[in-house]
Amino acid sequence: MTTPMLEIRDLHATAGETLILKGIDLVIQPGEVHAVMGPNGSGKSTLANVLAGKPGYEIVSGSVRFEGRDLAGLAPEQRAREGIFLAFQYPVEIPGVSNMYFLKQAVNAVRAHRGIEELDAMEFLQLVREKMKLVEMSDALMQRSLNEGFSGGEKKRNEILQMALLDPKLAVLDETDSGLDIDALRVVADGVNALRSPTRSMLVITHYQRLLDHIVPDFVHVLSGGRIVRSGNKGLALELEEKGYGWLQQAGEAGAQRAEGERSSIRAEATTG
Amino acid sequence: MSDAHPERHWSESFGATAASRAGEPAWLEAARKSAIARFVELGFPTRSHEEWKYTNPAPIAKVAWTSAATAPVSRAALDALGLPLTEGPHLVFVNGRLAMELSSVAGLEPAATLRSYRQMLASEPAAIETHLARTEPFDDRAFAALARAFATDGAFVRIPRDYVLERPIWLVFLSAPGAEPGASHPRFTVVAEPSSRATIYEVHATIGAGGHLASALTEIRVGENAQVDHVKLQLEGEGAIHLGHGALHIGRNARASSTLVSLGASIARHDIVALLDGPGAECVLEGLYVTSDGQHVDCRTTVDHRQPHGSSRELFKGVLSGKSRGIFNGRVIVRPGAQKTDAQQKNENLLLSLGAEADSQPQLEIEADDVKCSHGSTIGQLEEDAIFYLRSRGIGEAEAAAMLTRGFAAQICDRVASAAFREHIEALVLARLFARELPA
Repeated sequence: MTTPMLEIRDLHATAGETLILKGIDLVIQPGEVHAVMGPNGSGKSTLANVLAGKPGYEIVSGSVRFEGRDLAGLAPEQRAREGIFLAFQYPVEIPGVSNMYFLKQAVNAVRAHRGIEELDAMEFLQLVREKMKLVEMSDALMQRSLNEGFSGGEKKRNEILQMALLDPKLAVLDETDSGLDIDALRVVADGVNALRSPTRSMLVITHYQRLLDHIVPDFVHVLSGGRIVRSGNKGLALELEEKGYGWLQQAGEAGAQRAEGERSSIRAEATTG
Repeated sequence: MSDAHPERHWSESFGATAASRAGEPAWLEAARKSAIARFVELGFPTRSHEEWKYTNPAPIAKVAWTSAATAPVSRAALDALGLPLTEGPHLVFVNGRLAMELSSVAGLEPAATLRSYRQMLASEPAAIETHLARTEPFDDRAFAALARAFATDGAFVRIPRDYVLERPIWLVFLSAPGAEPGASHPRFTVVAEPSSRATIYEVHATIGAGGHLASALTEIRVGENAQVDHVKLQLEGEGAIHLGHGALHIGRNARASSTLVSLGASIARHDIVALLDGPGAECVLEGLYVTSDGQHVDCRTTVDHRQPHGSSRELFKGVLSGKSRGIFNGRVIVRPGAQKTDAQQKNENLLLSLGAEADSQPQLEIEADDVKCSHGSTIGQLEEDAIFYLRSRGIGEAEAAAMLTRGFAAQICDRVASAAFREHIEALVLARLFARELPA
């Protein structure tokens, strides 16, 4: 059996002083796209930040393994170099640092770690030109300060451009659809879909089902109260769209208890079927 | 020397150096005498003066400064500063005196004037008399009075009506410290006649090691519809004390920008006054001050809107590290009748260490009712979210901090139109940032 890309076992994690994740189990195999859905405050963004290693987010118990390696204690830049990419819900604006310069520094930092020769300015320009087409980025955006004054859509496209350039093994997309109109959503989703591959896994975090019309997941998990309360295939997303998240509260603790067994049986079904 | 009356040292020194001024026109000696009298009247500043609350003048008072002696500076020493002087005509002064062998007026438009005060005194003294005798707007500043009394020479620049100078004019003031603590008083006057345009690059640097005092007095007069872009780079050495007094007189529909980059000296004080003298005058004042252990920089700006329809944009940024201190005091005055004034002021400080300290004091004095004025100041550290964002892309923590700091400074560096000079300034800023520890 192959080593999972990501293996989360009984993860309990805090954001600041507060315990947010209360026992997450999730296994993602190479090439799989998993969606995590859930209402506000369910712990979706905390899960993304824990995976990326954001300071202030602590694992208190359980484990997170990436390609079999424990992520605890690994700095954010080390995770990025190893192949974990987080597409931010709110990409940070950085005045005075040009987008092009930033991308080149990032690409070369990752290449250096992987033992690949760093790119000079011309080689980088060629690479970036090619990847820019994926998300319809303009030259003008490359020369501007990183994300500064970018529209919501431009910021998200820039995130996907970074993903394309850094070529991660695991991409975590945190609410990538938020703040996007339908045209921008399509561009971003097309970019993501072009990056799907049997060796790349994705964890798509979203509040709304509409993103999953464009980025069709292999599995869908529902997060509530810091636990995965249901898992299924893409049909689960449609069910949520119809019913909303209200039923989760009614399901309550019972749902949480049931979740693990249910998730396993669905996985079995999906792999055999 | 007596700490009780440090001004006495200077007045005695003025009397003792009378012989060196022999041959100067009577009006100039009269102006010098009135300046030293004014200095004695004002008294040597102390911390009890509101203007000197944040910068203690005692370290200046306790030294028995003498007028800096002539010193040779080689071409190689000048070249080692890395300034792209070949971009334009340049006058280089060493310890307050013109160094002919280091200067060049090649490339100057024939109709324009670039001469030392002494050359002007010999050829057309009447053209500089009013400028050298003028006390406004620094009549109440003791060190400006000293500069008027003691300046041995200076630069005079005149751009005739309707002329656009393609190349920048460089005014370089070097201090070459000797055995005695030497004081020099760099001066220059720029007169941009109506509808002319010029770029002025002013540099203050130390050649060799040792303390010195550079007390500068400079003036830029921008005539109707003219434009002057000015950059001042201060990179004097450790132990140096830099006291700058820079005036901008901006006429009707004229535009002036003045960008200060203050990197050097142990104590640097920049007193900048922009007088918007004509209706529709526009002024951009910008500054970047970078300090490390043991440095103290004090930027005081006054933007005086005296006529209607003027606009001013002011942005000063401090990057402070080690045990150092940066002070910004920004005064904006809108006189009665200066209606439709649009004034913005901002001061942003980045503290890179626990021992660094920033003070920011905006002062708005608005006496007209139909105006737009805003000000804001920030003092903070590098943003954690921004550092995490860069790290999440594989960029190491120290490199992320350096990138953000450079980005913070870039907004000011980008104002420098000459690519060669801008890159040189960026390299100097980088060298200072990387030479010190970045926050863990």
